Amino acid sequence: MDFYFVQFLSGLATAATLFLVSSGLTVIFGVTRIVNFAHGSFYMLGAYVAWSLVERWGDTPPGFWGGVLLAAVTVGVLGAVMEVVLLRRLYRSPELFQLLATFGVVLIVQDAASWLWGPEDLLGRRAPLLRGSVEVLGQPFPLYDLMLIVLGPLVLVALLLLFHRTRWGTLVRAATRDREMTAALGVDQAKLFTSVLFLGSALAGLGGALQVPREAVNLHMDMAMVVEAFVVVVVGGMGSLPGAFVASLLIGQLQAFGILVFPQITLVLVFLFMAVVLVLRPYGLFGRPEEGPPAGEAPGPPLRPDGPRAATVSLVLLAALAAVPLVAGDYALIVLTEVVILALLASSLHLLTGLGGLVSFGHAAWFGLGAYGAALLVRDAGAPMLPALAAAPLVAGLGALVAGWFCVRRSGLYFAMLTLAFAQIVWSVTFQWYAVTGGDNGILGVWPADWASSKAVYYELTLLLAGGTLWLLRRAAFAPFGYALRAGRDSALRAEAVGIDVRHRQWMAFTLAGACAGLAGGLYAFAHGSVFPTLMAVPVSVDALVMVLLGGLRTLAGPAAGAALFHGLETEAMRLTDYWRLVLGLVIVVLVLAFPQGVVGFARSLWDRRRGGNGSAAEPVA
Amino acid sequence: MNRRHTLRFLGMAAAAWLAGAPVPALVAAPALAADGGPVRVGEINSYTGLPAFTLPYRQGWQLAVEEINAAGGLPGGRALEVISRDDAGKPDDAVRAAGELLANERVDLLAGTYFSHVGLAVADFAARNRIPFVAAEPLTDAITWQKGNPYTFRLRPSTYMQAAMLAEEAAKLPATRWATVAPNYEYGQSAVKWFRALLKERRPDVEFVAEQWPAQGKLEAGPTVQALAAASPEAIFNVTFGADLAKFVREGEQRGLFRNRAVVSLLTGEPEYLEPLRDEAPEGWIVTGYPAEQIDTPEHRAFADAYRKRFGEWPKQGSVVGYTTFKAIAAAITKAGGTDPEAVTAALKGLELPSPFGPIVFRALDHQATMGAYVGRTAVRGGKPMMVDWRYAPGEAYLPPDDAVRAMRPVE
Repeated sequence: MDFYFVQFLSGLATAATLFLVSSGLTVIFGVTRIVNFAHGSFYMLGAYVAWSLVERWGDTPPGFWGGVLLAAVTVGVLGAVMEVVLLRRLYRSPELFQLLATFGVVLIVQDAASWLWGPEDLLGRRAPLLRGSVEVLGQPFPLYDLMLIVLGPLVLVALLLLFHRTRWGTLVRAATRDREMTAALGVDQAKLFTSVLFLGSALAGLGGALQVPREAVNLHMDMAMVVEAFVVVVVGGMGSLPGAFVASLLIGQLQAFGILVFPQITLVLVFLFMAVVLVLRPYGLFGRPEEGPPAGEAPGPPLRPDGPRAATVSLVLLAALAAVPLVAGDYALIVLTEVVILALLASSLHLLTGLGGLVSFGHAAWFGLGAYGAALLVRDAGAPMLPALAAAPLVAGLGALVAGWFCVRRSGLYFAMLTLAFAQIVWSVTFQWYAVTGGDNGILGVWPADWASSKAVYYELTLLLAGGTLWLLRRAAFAPFGYALRAGRDSALRAEAVGIDVRHRQWMAFTLAGACAGLAGGLYAFAHGSVFPTLMAVPVSVDALVMVLLGGLRTLAGPAAGAALFHGLETEAMRLTDYWRLVLGLVIVVLVLAFPQGVVGFARSLWDRRRGGNGSAAEPVA
Repeated sequence: MNRRHTLRFLGMAAAAWLAGAPVPALVAAPALAADGGPVRVGEINSYTGLPAFTLPYRQGWQLAVEEINAAGGLPGGRALEVISRDDAGKPDDAVRAAGELLANERVDLLAGTYFSHVGLAVADFAARNRIPFVAAEPLTDAITWQKGNPYTFRLRPSTYMQAAMLAEEAAKLPATRWATVAPNYEYGQSAVKWFRALLKERRPDVEFVAEQWPAQGKLEAGPTVQALAAASPEAIFNVTFGADLAKFVREGEQRGLFRNRAVVSLLTGEPEYLEPLRDEAPEGWIVTGYPAEQIDTPEHRAFADAYRKRFGEWPKQGSVVGYTTFKAIAAAITKAGGTDPEAVTAALKGLELPSPFGPIVFRALDHQATMGAYVGRTAVRGGKPMMVDWRYAPGEAYLPPDDAVRAMRPVE
């Protein structure tokens, strides 16, 4: 019994940190609707800044606590700067675009931290006066953890007072409820947003700073934390502080007791829990339905079909692409093959995100399932390449069919996080099921058949299959199915009223997108000769989303162009410099600022302007 | 509609790559009398994914390459040139980089990698393209055993070897109740599997009473420590490292987990992992590692002096690995008398060479080098963590019988 109580206390200490970070995230999201990937980076920066300050002055209690607070404020200021310099310029773009900007910030912060503080883990000092432990029911328990347990509720109370007893807090709550109305009443949105970013980032920084006495500060803290913070925010209900608090407590306890019952599945426990909560409660524990989640795309000018001239040009360019092997070397073909595959992956995600208005954080699951489906057939059934490739979309489509049934019952960020949960479940099964998947050591020897073993032939095969699928995706966009999907995105209510089963269309779109991603995965497996769980990990999902956004949501060619741009940049930067993340991050930030509609979206509007039309020109354009 | 834009962008991207100028090599080869130009080695590692380990490793191979070229290069006066790439810790990026090195840079040999899965992916690539690959750091047993191939060689002592070194020490302890804590992936699992098996072999009376499998990088230190303590083991076998290790040590100390308990810990004596713990490093743990500042053999002194002169710091475990990997490559090319892949592969089989740890050999049997590790206890002296009471455990003494290895390795 005593043991369980101490375990419970340990869970509370974990929960306190989790709450500090996720409360910041939920406040930012509630007011600005920004899906702030950089929140984890601010958490990490808080830890690094605090480490430096505490190293210097942390011997005395005032020095230590002063250092922690100063670190939190510094990080808060950085958050405010990010809002003023970057995010403020994007409020008129589709909401998801800010996600792309914050992703750029994540990359920049990673390299900046590595450059400033060095690559080694930094073990900071422990808090003065709180170094030892006390006996709790006969078990030693760290004093510092007791302090954290007390601090969590104190911060909650302070935040609630701030939001309910001050004018600023009232404005924040008003903006959380209805942003447009608050603005209409004359509240200066810009100032409000800046101050909210300050507060939210400072909370993340505080959470990070308080970790210094508990763990070594390291360069992987950002990603480890940001996903978990999103889980807390979504489980608690977006924008809800008490929700974040309760969710932190639940997840803290889940981790404390989960390792006793299932020490092997700690990887996925949190995501299983989130999936269950979201399946049972559409808006998390404390969320309110009226809080409009971010749509993948605000209703914009409708898609325009091609004219005959465009079709000709497409064919000519396809022929040109097919002729590349005549002049290009093997490496150019390797990268080009990857670009074509990723273009297919991004376009399949675009079907969901651009046309369906559903943002997926877990698209890599289907990419990976396709890759594993093909690889397993090759390894266990000795299947030749083509049947294995044919199986890839089937396996992935089947997976997406099952997951989609659950996911499309939710919308906005809840949908996104549910897709993430499924992706993490698929990932961890793959990661741990050694007998079948080979675990993290993957499956080797998935090479193309002899006739396709030359880079040129495999490239042409990829071009044929991916190009054909892209063409089908296009057709789908302009078929009644695509129109119905877009109708559901732009106004679900009206679409239902004219008799469209929106949810069913979304489910089918989810499955189709999953199957296309699966084909891309199969092609990718044979291009590399091996598959690993990394193919279905979070970074691949994020990369796919970045490609879609970089190209632009409002055009069908955007994702493919975004894939080429992103992958080309990444491979070239990686080849040329150790600081490739910095380069990539800066380029993304610049692109986001320069082309808030995506690169292709920008090209499109330039084209329209030159023709003097506003998109309704008599002659349809490509 | 925008098919055309797609294609245009793809076309532009293609044009950019086609026009892509060759990249200058990271280490420029000095202009030696070139008989058919320098020998080019493609090197891939997780420089951004795991800089704390890979940067000392890079300095190690840089030193080796400089020494080799200063001494007149390889046979025929050819210089050794290294073209280095980052794999960001991802196997698919590593395979792409390998493709680039082979197709564009025309390298004669591949080397490097840290993570086991990345190493395996490159090994498979090497086998398919029939190019020798010297895997420097991956620890997985599979790379030389279950998934071994004719072209892949591995330098560092494997998980099995390190676990065997520790099992030998653990068997000398009186403890019979053991608990294990290991990161939940292949490395952790196979370390625990071998440790259990080898310890039971020597000590049939031991039992394993608790096991914890935290996710790598996400150790819930408090609950994990508490759960281990609850099973009241007499000794603990630890496989966590890096940030997880720091958390584990801190919580464990505060919660009294290590009081009156022996701890046996894999890799913890390596400076990369031990030094960040500073004065909080645990005392008396039995570890494998590398006490760089204390080894006083002539071959190690020569290496350490040169390294310190060049970089102004003590070498780390990764430095030794990087240095020896490239010395081995040079030795293999010298022995083969050229860069023909089959000849170099044949030369690597059974290749004997000196290393900072003493003479080693790449076994013809399974392509595993017999480089060993140091086994000792951790201590804190003058606020600095270090290894004490250490001895060198030569790799050849900690490998299974040849028949067992042959049974595991695919038939060539």
